[in-house]
Amino acid sequence: MSDNITMVQPVNILLVEDNPGDARLAQEGLKESKLNNELNIVTDGEQALDYLHKRGNFKDVKTPDLILLDLNLPKIDGREVLAEIKKNERLKTIPVVILTTSQAEEDILKTYSLHANCYISKPLDLDQFIKVVRSIENFWLTIVKLPPK
Amino acid sequence: MRETNDSISILLIEDNEGDIRLTKEALSMGKIKNSLTVLHDGEEAIKHLKTLRNENPKVLPDLVILDLNLPVIDGLEVLKFIKNDKILAKLPVVVLTTSKDNDDIKKAYSYHANSFITKPIDWEQFVDVIKSIEEFWLSIVKLPPRSE
Repeated sequence: MSDNITMVQPVNILLVEDNPGDARLAQEGLKESKLNNELNIVTDGEQALDYLHKRGNFKDVKTPDLILLDLNLPKIDGREVLAEIKKNERLKTIPVVILTTSQAEEDILKTYSLHANCYISKPLDLDQFIKVVRSIENFWLTIVKLPPK
Repeated sequence: MRETNDSISILLIEDNEGDIRLTKEALSMGKIKNSLTVLHDGEEAIKHLKTLRNENPKVLPDLVILDLNLPVIDGLEVLKFIKNDKILAKLPVVVLTTSKDNDDIKKAYSYHANSFITKPIDWEQFVDVIKSIEEFWLSIVKLPPRSE
């Protein structure tokens, strides 16, 4: 744990979310973090894959250390984005946290089978939502060892 | 379907008796009802999971906590076995090890460990880490539905 805190480079988080309200709440939740983190937001599945493959407008981005992925996304669906990440040799070690309104058992089972690192359903209540974002931040940034850069 | 009052079953694969004891203690303090099964080596773990998968998949664990340095069969091999099996692949596996080796971290994630945690040496911190695992995986995360 203490090793993580001494890490000088900020933890780079990519949020893939089309709902601006949810993106804003996630931003607020992460801003209060004690740990230095940098949040980048893309709003559809196509942008997410361009970002991760550093294509087009995303040529100079850093590979994220952690991905927060919504499932119901425009253009390319979150399930497809997940499948592509976890099949790609360079990307598959990046932890992917599914953060979605879906509570469907089928989605939960399918995403775990596609090697999502964990599945979280978004609480409807705003305060609860921020609490969940903070729990994600606390667990993944202070308890877990993220893959080396 | 998982009922909300169902106890969450956790499988701990760990050979160090001190760590087993601390994990048990920390989990028993948790707010969420859970039951812990402990297996001491990799071979035993694979055998156990194979039996459950074939005979009674309903009682497969909801969460696996896996040490890496295990007797007989190594933890990374156990992880590979779980994540390459069609039925077992969905089980969340939290790697909990003394290792902080970058190579181990990379390998574990590329074999699809759900998270990698280095055991703190201090026992109080160790108990805190177990509590964090319990809180995050049992109350924040949606665990996969149980097999029929």
